[in-house]
Amino acid sequence: MDVGFSSLRSEAVGAMRMALVSAENLQLTLKPEPSQEEQALTNSKSSIKETHKAGNEDLKEMLESNKESLKLEAMKRVVGLISKGKNASELFPAVVKNVASKNIELKKLVYVYLVRYAEEQQDLALLSISTFQRALKDPNQFIRGSALRVLSSIRVPIIVPIMMLAIKEAAADLSPYVRKTSAHAIQKLYSLDPDQKEQLIEVIEKLLKDKSTLVAGSVVMSFEEVCPDRIDLIHKNYRKLCNLLVDVEEWGQVVIISMLTRYARTQFTSPWKEGATFDENNDKAFYDSDSEEKKDQAEAKPYIMDPDHRLLLRNTKPLLQSRNTAVVMCVAQLYWHLAPTQEVNIVTKSLVRLLRSHREVQYIVLQNIATMSIQRKGMFEPYMKSFYVRSTDATHIKTLKLEILTNLANEANISTILREFQTYVKSQDKAFAAATIQAIGRCATNITDVTDTCLSGLVLLLSNRDETVVAESVVVIKKLLQTQPTQHSEIIKHMAKLFDNITVSMARASILWLMGEYCDRVPKIAPDVLRKMAKTFTAEEDIVKLQTVNLAAKLYLTNSKQTKLLTQYILNLGKYDQSYDIRDRTRFIRQLIVPNEKSGALNKYARRILLAPKPAPVLESSFKDRDRFQLGTLSHSLNTKAAGYQELSDWPAVAPDQSVRNVEVIEPVQEWAPSVGKTKKSGKPKSADKFYSDDEEEKEEEGSESSKDSSSSSSSSEESGSESEEESSEESEKTSSDSGKSSSGSEKSSSESESEPKKKKKTKKAPQKKSKPPAAFSDSDENGNGPVAQASSSSAESSSGSETDSEDSDPPATPQKKKKDVKSKPKAEVKSKVEVSLLDLVDFSPAPTNAPKSSVISSSLLSDLEGLSLSNISSTIQVTTPSFGPVKTYELLHHMTGKGLSAKYHFPRQPCLYEPSMVAVQVILTNSSDHSLEEIHIGERSPAGLNIHCFNTI
Amino acid sequence: MIHSLFLINHAGDIFLEKHWKSVISRSVCDYFFEAKEKAVEPENVPPVLQTPHHYLISIYRDKLFFLSVVQTEVPPLFVIEFLHRVADTIQDYFGDCSESLINDNVVTVYELLEEMLDNGFPLATESNVLKEMIRPPTILRSVVNTLTGTTVFAEIQGVIEASVRLTGMPDLSMTFMNPSLLDDVSFHPCVRFKRWESERALSFIPPDGNFTLMNYHVSSQNLVTIPVYVKQNICFFETGPCGRLDITIGPKQTMGKTVEALMVTIHMPKAVLSANLTATQGNYTYDLATKVLVWDIGKLNPQKLPNLRGSLSLQSGAPKPEDNPSLNIDLKIQQVAISGLKVSRLEMNGEKYKPFKGVKYLTKAGNFQVRT
Repeated sequence: MDVGFSSLRSEAVGAMRMALVSAENLQLTLKPEPSQEEQALTNSKSSIKETHKAGNEDLKEMLESNKESLKLEAMKRVVGLISKGKNASELFPAVVKNVASKNIELKKLVYVYLVRYAEEQQDLALLSISTFQRALKDPNQFIRGSALRVLSSIRVPIIVPIMMLAIKEAAADLSPYVRKTSAHAIQKLYSLDPDQKEQLIEVIEKLLKDKSTLVAGSVVMSFEEVCPDRIDLIHKNYRKLCNLLVDVEEWGQVVIISMLTRYARTQFTSPWKEGATFDENNDKAFYDSDSEEKKDQAEAKPYIMDPDHRLLLRNTKPLLQSRNTAVVMCVAQLYWHLAPTQEVNIVTKSLVRLLRSHREVQYIVLQNIATMSIQRKGMFEPYMKSFYVRSTDATHIKTLKLEILTNLANEANISTILREFQTYVKSQDKAFAAATIQAIGRCATNITDVTDTCLSGLVLLLSNRDETVVAESVVVIKKLLQTQPTQHSEIIKHMAKLFDNITVSMARASILWLMGEYCDRVPKIAPDVLRKMAKTFTAEEDIVKLQTVNLAAKLYLTNSKQTKLLTQYILNLGKYDQSYDIRDRTRFIRQLIVPNEKSGALNKYARRILLAPKPAPVLESSFKDRDRFQLGTLSHSLNTKAAGYQELSDWPAVAPDQSVRNVEVIEPVQEWAPSVGKTKKSGKPKSADKFYSDDEEEKEEEGSESSKDSSSSSSSSEESGSESEEESSEESEKTSSDSGKSSSGSEKSSSESESEPKKKKKTKKAPQKKSKPPAAFSDSDENGNGPVAQASSSSAESSSGSETDSEDSDPPATPQKKKKDVKSKPKAEVKSKVEVSLLDLVDFSPAPTNAPKSSVISSSLLSDLEGLSLSNISSTIQVTTPSFGPVKTYELLHHMTGKGLSAKYHFPRQPCLYEPSMVAVQVILTNSSDHSLEEIHIGERSPAGLNIHCFNTI
Repeated sequence: MIHSLFLINHAGDIFLEKHWKSVISRSVCDYFFEAKEKAVEPENVPPVLQTPHHYLISIYRDKLFFLSVVQTEVPPLFVIEFLHRVADTIQDYFGDCSESLINDNVVTVYELLEEMLDNGFPLATESNVLKEMIRPPTILRSVVNTLTGTTVFAEIQGVIEASVRLTGMPDLSMTFMNPSLLDDVSFHPCVRFKRWESERALSFIPPDGNFTLMNYHVSSQNLVTIPVYVKQNICFFETGPCGRLDITIGPKQTMGKTVEALMVTIHMPKAVLSANLTATQGNYTYDLATKVLVWDIGKLNPQKLPNLRGSLSLQSGAPKPEDNPSLNIDLKIQQVAISGLKVSRLEMNGEKYKPFKGVKYLTKAGNFQVRT
């Protein structure tokens, strides 16, 4: 596709040159006007300009000179100025004159300039508009495209109507490139004038139907920007988008996948089993909102995934192999949010692969893995070694890897992880070493087996030479001790000894807090520490002072004999502290613990207040709450809701109507039916019962009619093929209100039509008319099921999930190209259609001819031929036309070499009567010799893998 | 999507700006500079930053920051991937991605940026497509048709880089002798997924020029053979401000090929003031500012093993460094892919002429670290 695209672009360059020639004429007409205005403007400005630096002045002269090379040189310098962020707006009049220059390079640079400054010089910018308007009508697609691109980039509100018109026209353009450009222009216009929303949505709706891979990504992008909430626009295009996905360019894939993720969450039911640990919240919410009854129902009923849901998962899976990291991440998040629990694992490998990409990519991917690994350890555990930290990693990468390793830790691997952590603690990157100690603390609380090991390891770290390491260890030990305060007085004593050497305030404060909290376990040491603190109180940091006051208060309550004076001294120091926080706290503590007349009641509870058992802090991942955001989004990365973030909705309790996604197929049928009704069958009965009974009666007599009727009836009888089943339901919806009845009735009719006349007439009819039924018929043995499925698969290559081989269906594919010739001679072909349908009727259930095929064409033509009522009819006919083409005959044996016997063969493209998988070959033997030939038969040696149905010896 | 792009050099000067929507003042970069100050090392600047009205997503490459401004929710990887593509494209066009080169070719760069994004949405990012529209300054059109495979990152990952100069629409298919080695792969968009899944063959219509056809990962069950061994001894004495260093490198598993471009990089602890060493082969440099010791050995001679020894002097009074620095080793081995991956054949369909085909294997040490 890339190559194709590139060749198109190269054409564009050539075509540009052509366009410029034509644009030259335009310039002649334009010139008088702008130059007058420009002169006026430049005159008025000249006074100001003189004060400016001379550089711009000579640029202006160069631009106004007659020499192309000078102009080009000037424009290059101007673009240089723009790129440096310098102001070059005063050159606008001089530059805009060159908008219709025939020099392509110059013109490009003028475009660059125009797009940059048009907003500031709106009046002058208008002068260039007509150039673009003219180019929009150019026969060359790339000139139309680039004209629209620049036109829509000029942010001048006054041209909104012109842009609107141009977009609408371009959206119906025959060239996918131009349609792509129009999809981009939609966003630009929307940001320029949001009032145009309604009209733009119409254009988006139209473009969403587009089948080109080039357009898909861009139009979904504008959908996301303009009307992300109009999910109803997606229904009809859902299957098409899924099927196109692999071939869309990579950036478009990202946009489409994230949109489809959101879509799927609104349309399908949860594939996550009840009771699964994964995302319990969702399930709960699901049941809370439901009645008890429903819950029972849901539990009893096994979950069956919607085929469309499956389609999405299946079609995105290959993209995990994309080289574009954004695409891989996007698929990964799609699986995370949409796939059944057991299938999510397939993304692991690809995500780990992304870790070998650039640093910034690693950063984002690691963030996402961190969130995932909290909920699903198993996913990443086999790849644990990929998260080992390298000394060359950036700090933020290191901390993320650490986070993930901690999340992955369990009883089995904790020893390996702790060993790894030991090396990290020694790292020269102290911030990282501190983070490692925190991580060890988390492991210790999460896995009770290793708590003691971790604790002793951390205590060892207390004698580390590095201050930050020691401080961090103290803080973590404090938290650990809190979780299990029993029998750790040894450690507290050890820390008290270290107290003098620790200078980091957080660590000092932590030790003081520990002393106070567990002062009953270290009754001798605690007052001593307080004594030391009293000495250095004034020199301490605020946080240490606060904890000193705390310690003093607690000791006063438990051991007032020894510490009463010390406490009072400290409270006095605190009373006159510079920090109001400390003065405040001191005042509070004094009132609380020291009994006096005023503080009656509270005083009694002082002990209970200060020495109440405190809940242990929970050491948990900072990524704990990130799963509220969709993975891979900016919001997830920042952990705050970014502007324009679209919430991922919860699964619906009951799946919305699935058939909304079928609409694509039914639409053309609806168009088609009335037109036929008018022309041929005015008094067509409306009710289903009648309709079908009618059908049965009329069938034998009125070929064309009944074929049409039974086409719908037979298609409604389909049961297995997913696509055809849906078709049938629509069809029956269309023709009758009661689909159940109709399908039962139709089944009869179709089976009848098949069984009776089939064998008898087949042999006769086929040669009688040279026309061949569409190739789809070869599959018809399967109770009429084949043709429908096949036709639909060929019709909407994208929309059907059926696996039917569409190779045979070349005829239905060709009409797109030939449709124009067909229109010119519709009459002749109406006849042929009748014939074909007669044939259909006799041989098979006639389903394939009409409904599905008309849908093929009309959906593909929709954008181009809308409003042409004939097109639908002719398209039906179109399908059959190839069969009337001359049969290509191949010579097998020339009569000279065959001594009078010549053999020719051709492929009649008829269904083989013996087996659907066989191909019929018609061999014509002509005997031009005098001898008569006998015993003609097929030789024994048939090549392997070839199955020949032998005919009897003639 | 992407609103604006600023290119910022190492010193923090904005030397190019491009806006795809209305202009955003360059003062928005101040938030970035703030973060850059805080991060000290340029690698440590967080790739995603939040400012009151915008989001800044940046990459740091070749000593340049590519800083993009976005206003609404967008997958950050989308932007990051795109910025890397911009850097790749500049490199592809001018041979390198540096400030001076960009300044020399500012008009071309600007036009490229214009072409790569439309209204902030990527339009054309394939280098061959871009080259059709904007000529690179010097057109190197090689007459030879080559397909070159290079294996980068000895340990587990590899890349197949293709250089294709074939006219027309050649349909190539490439098969491997041992595709089962490949554990995980990612492809250039031109490769057909289906064929890979069914036949383990790479089938594609290549774009013209140089591109990365495929990235792969070799499953870790096949034990990676490490081509060299390292004997090292670095110690710092408890008494006195000095230490010793002694490193020897020898070949281990090189499959009969010479190890080339061997280089050892050591990030020394902050306290190390200078190094007084002698190398039996190659040269060493010690950068006082960054504390990085680089020993460039070159070819590894198995008969006479390269050795680097001598003393390190430490800042007096500073405590002995806590841990020993780790060694990073770079090397290259020509004509062998250490993963054992072999290209079996490359076929061309769809065109009549006979192409020239060639495969070059290369092993490089990616991140070969020796912990001490």
